[in-house]
Amino acid sequence: MQVAAVATVLVVIVGLSAAYRLSRKNFPGKELLDILLTLPLVLPPTVTGYYLIVLFGRNGLLGRHLYAWTGWSIMFTWYAAVLASFMVALPLMVKTARAAIESVDENLIRASYTLGHSEYWTALKVILPLARKGIIAGTILSFARAMGEFGATLMIAGNIPGRTNTMPLAIYSATGSGDRSQATIMVIVFTLFSGFFLYAASKLSRRVL
Amino acid sequence: MGLSIKVKKIVNGFSLDAEWTIGNELAVLFGYSGAGKSLTLQIIAGLLSPDHGFIQLNERTFFDSSTSRNLSPQARSCGYVFQDLALLPHMTIRENILYGAHGLSKTDREQQAGQMIEKFRITGLEQKYPSEISGGQKQRVALARALIRRPDALLLDEPFSALDNPLRAEMQHFLREVRREFPIPIIFVTHDVFEAYSMADKIIIYANGSVAQSGTPKEVFNNPASNEVEQLVNTRERLLKSVES
Repeated sequence: MQVAAVATVLVVIVGLSAAYRLSRKNFPGKELLDILLTLPLVLPPTVTGYYLIVLFGRNGLLGRHLYAWTGWSIMFTWYAAVLASFMVALPLMVKTARAAIESVDENLIRASYTLGHSEYWTALKVILPLARKGIIAGTILSFARAMGEFGATLMIAGNIPGRTNTMPLAIYSATGSGDRSQATIMVIVFTLFSGFFLYAASKLSRRVL
Repeated sequence: MGLSIKVKKIVNGFSLDAEWTIGNELAVLFGYSGAGKSLTLQIIAGLLSPDHGFIQLNERTFFDSSTSRNLSPQARSCGYVFQDLALLPHMTIRENILYGAHGLSKTDREQQAGQMIEKFRITGLEQKYPSEISGGQKQRVALARALIRRPDALLLDEPFSALDNPLRAEMQHFLREVRREFPIPIIFVTHDVFEAYSMADKIIIYANGSVAQSGTPKEVFNNPASNEVEQLVNTRERLLKSVES
């Protein structure tokens, strides 16, 4: 749960700035970036997890340097679970936020510019408020996805009780070890919570919009 | 003093090639839809860049292709009223007007907003949202927002086209007041021949992306320079009659 919350905060920050750039800027490699950001949506989570190992593992492209410098590796830590959830939830945010930003009337943005407002201020005061419906939807979807994340987390965070075992992982272990009653309780709790969360989110968004 | 442009721009196969100069007066860009009038406004405001040429307002160069100078729309200080008015739907009328007061001090903003609200007869609507007020009221709000920070020029892109006749006449009256009070170049795009004739100090006739003729309304309507212009203004008999009556 904590993992999902932290991952979602990161998703909102990174996802919004990526969605803004993808929808309003032209730059070389834009299509490639779009595809890279969308890939985790269609790839099996194990594949995403594998890429994360290649990048951040102790011998990974980035992880190697990190380990050489600090002697610390993200692998099999709580941060790895956040990273995995972040990667698989990010595409949902980018996709929905981009569509919402693109649907904002271009003339409103131009009007803001002719009134002397900078691009940053216009994004803050015009684009984000008018795209909030999609942004809220993206945040909800991302959180739900981050909460249910299993595959990539298992790959890079492992399943270490008390450290990296998120609820889906705990359900997996409980079922595997034959502890049906424990698994049933967690499944019910998880389903109820997810259902309640979606209900609260739809209530909230209806009030905000 | 005034506004001078000489611009060339090709967009989607359409070619604009316009050159004109106006003083602190109300100039009407008149012509059929698609003749390049709105495009010209967008270029003056800096929302689009021309391929070649220059734009100069009161000795300030907005754009010059020979020196690669190109000011941002924010730096040009042009009040712009869009055809769809572009009021911000998530802000109240008061917030919309204050949104135009960028760069003024806080007390100045409040004071100016109060004046604009009174001048444009928006009193009582301040806390409403754009979707809750009438078409004519929206026009006045858009004008107030564009003028609150005293821009160096006012650009109007067919702002009255959606109004029916009585309201249109009222807005034309408003615009004349604006013209009296703000000694700046005002450029007004329309394809309504009556509006062009009755509002303009100077008419600039657009045809197929270039200027076919310019002059006072009388000059242009009495002595059309070409068949094209003649066709555009050939309603003048009807028009003159209606002006007399």
